[in-house]
Amino acid sequence: MRRYGLRLSLVLAGVAILAALPTLGLPPYYVSLFTQVFILGIAAAALDLLVGQTGVVSFAHASFFGVGAYTVAILCTRYNVSSYVITLLAAAAMATAVAALFGLVALRAEGVGFLIITLALNQIVWGLAYQWVAVTGGENGITGFFRPPIGPFAASNVNYYLYALAAMLVSVAVMWVISHSPFGLVLLGIRERPRRMRALGYNIWSYQYAAFLLAALFAGLAGGLFAYYNAFASPADLALPLSTQMLIMVILGGAGTLFGPLLGAAILIFLSNTFSSLTERWPTILGIVYVAIVMYAPEGLLGIAQKRLLPSLNTWLRLRQRREVSAAKQSESPGDAA
Amino acid sequence: MRKGKWIALLLAAMLLLTACSTAGKPAGTQTPGQTVAPPTPFKLGLLIPLTGVFAAPGKYMQEGVQLLLQESDNKFAGRPVEVVTADSQGNPQAALTQARKLVEQDKVDAIIGPLSAAEGNALVQYLDGQQMPTVYPIVSSDDLTQRTIPKYIVRTGWTSSQTTMPFGEYAYKTLGYKKVATISYDFSFGWESVGGFVQTFQEAGGKVVKELWPPLNETNYQPYLSQIPKDVDAVFVSFSGSAAIQFVQQYKQFGLGKPLIAQGNTVDESTLQATGPSAVGVVTPLHYSAALDNPANKKFVADYEKAFGHGPAYYAEGSYVGAMVLKKALESLNGKSDDHAALVKAMKAVNLTDAPRGPVKMDEYGNPIQNVYIRKVEDVGGKLQNTVIYTYPNVSQFWSYDPKTFLAHPVFSRSYPTVK
Repeated sequence: MRRYGLRLSLVLAGVAILAALPTLGLPPYYVSLFTQVFILGIAAAALDLLVGQTGVVSFAHASFFGVGAYTVAILCTRYNVSSYVITLLAAAAMATAVAALFGLVALRAEGVGFLIITLALNQIVWGLAYQWVAVTGGENGITGFFRPPIGPFAASNVNYYLYALAAMLVSVAVMWVISHSPFGLVLLGIRERPRRMRALGYNIWSYQYAAFLLAALFAGLAGGLFAYYNAFASPADLALPLSTQMLIMVILGGAGTLFGPLLGAAILIFLSNTFSSLTERWPTILGIVYVAIVMYAPEGLLGIAQKRLLPSLNTWLRLRQRREVSAAKQSESPGDAA
Repeated sequence: MRKGKWIALLLAAMLLLTACSTAGKPAGTQTPGQTVAPPTPFKLGLLIPLTGVFAAPGKYMQEGVQLLLQESDNKFAGRPVEVVTADSQGNPQAALTQARKLVEQDKVDAIIGPLSAAEGNALVQYLDGQQMPTVYPIVSSDDLTQRTIPKYIVRTGWTSSQTTMPFGEYAYKTLGYKKVATISYDFSFGWESVGGFVQTFQEAGGKVVKELWPPLNETNYQPYLSQIPKDVDAVFVSFSGSAAIQFVQQYKQFGLGKPLIAQGNTVDESTLQATGPSAVGVVTPLHYSAALDNPANKKFVADYEKAFGHGPAYYAEGSYVGAMVLKKALESLNGKSDDHAALVKAMKAVNLTDAPRGPVKMDEYGNPIQNVYIRKVEDVGGKLQNTVIYTYPNVSQFWSYDPKTFLAHPVFSRSYPTVK
């Protein structure tokens, strides 16, 4: 626990600052941008469970996100459900159900094969959203619903910001516990040495399947939150570009670090929104940034921090300790070792 | 190892830079100390796609507004106009985010845009909720001015079926086609374009033998073309952008030999030259043509070519007229834009006599009543144009139907009107 003490206090401090930002005078436009970051951050962190922890890269993440978004939209417009708990649970459940089906198909393959199959599955869901007009409204999407009040509070932008922040915290906490549990360690093992894990008797397929389902569950939850945020669900919520964006968030921030994708989400959303107001060429700038990161810092920003900065700190601390210990030994009995 | 750290530092610097630059932009510009209080600038938000699939027509929209500002000496009702352009990227999610930026951060007084129907639908709830006066110059989803009318959005363009309803009659009575097959891309704009045509064509006595709906991103139309019965008199289609170019060329290559008729923007000037000789002879309806022979349009086209080096398309004329409506409304209010409801009311009361497309009058639902021109693609001096061969004057979005009867029917979709 001592190892986590410093990190935990840093995280809590960060959360406190984020929660206080709106009252400190953050402009409403940035409040909405941050809300987007929190929501997409959940999805990106979930993808990281799959990509960073289990070593399985999937293009189908946006389909689960979008299924969650549509579930919320349909429940709100067609069935007039006004409880967050029910709709968000349903969103997560639907996404997991879809993943249960997809996982059976996709996990028969590995590596690039798996990637292509998940891409195809994502496109199937996207095509369905476009064509099944009776259910999804087709290209027009689903509008006409509002955010219900959050408990006793009105669902203002600021309150929803806090709600999304809380949801992100809870989700990431759960994901953190999972990733540091024995189950999570098995996933790490599968990423590093699948053959050895198999030899040790672990059923690789079922662990990968479980990770796939978990990632989809949180993606569906995030999608539901997103639908409430926009008061709108459309095929863009499950399109391939969104899948790619989420992968970029994971890589930018640092695959395997869980908090890295949150940082990645923040960078992606802020850069694309602020750059687009400065120049028409913003996709080019973003592209250059991505290429630079992948070429020179493939572990992502947080990855660099963890692997380069922290070990340097650790080594320095340890060197100091060793010096102190050897100094103490020398002062005790100078000639004993020989 | 060093490089990684430098990348991180570079990224942090970029983040700081963008944060500072956007934080530094104040809500209104400061004019350096003047003794006489200058008229407060009018902030116009332009929400158009500058990147993505719709980037090309988006550019035309931008140029249309720029031309009107140029002609107005950059002033609306004596107030200098400040344009804030936001990239909607052609997708509803980005459009929503940028709309939030325009309304909440840039605090614009009015918005012109967006382009696609999907973006338009996504923005309605937000813009109405924020009470932001908005002009939709291009979005043509029928229902926006029929069954679910927003309070703060004024449509200065058209509805998808406004042009094809008269055309259904024209195709049967004037062109003499009795049997037609339809092909259109499979989303609301296609459904409404075809729906309007099928409704009036069937009522006039024509028969629609087949309806085909290729998906949005289709590039190979062979499988659809081969499904067309060989005994049709003509084929009615609705596509736009690169899909239009592809389809028209492939139709010619397929060699069915039957006349091609289409929704107007299938041969819009923005893609017509790229489509090439395959488009010659195609007859289409639209509320505008760059080849329209009236003094206002002649001046518009000449000024446009002088300013931008190429001719206008209906997207440009659309945003030009949209900005015109906004300007006239502001003038009628003596430049006051604080009362948003009053501004919207003034926009709906505008009556234009000198728009490039001809006379424009708003109906009580917030859609224009305007001429619908039947045009034929002709090669004039090596350049393709949409020559106007017939004019239906003062067509409303309901064509010759009584609004109440029309609204009692469902919106045109894949399954309505039913093909008899």
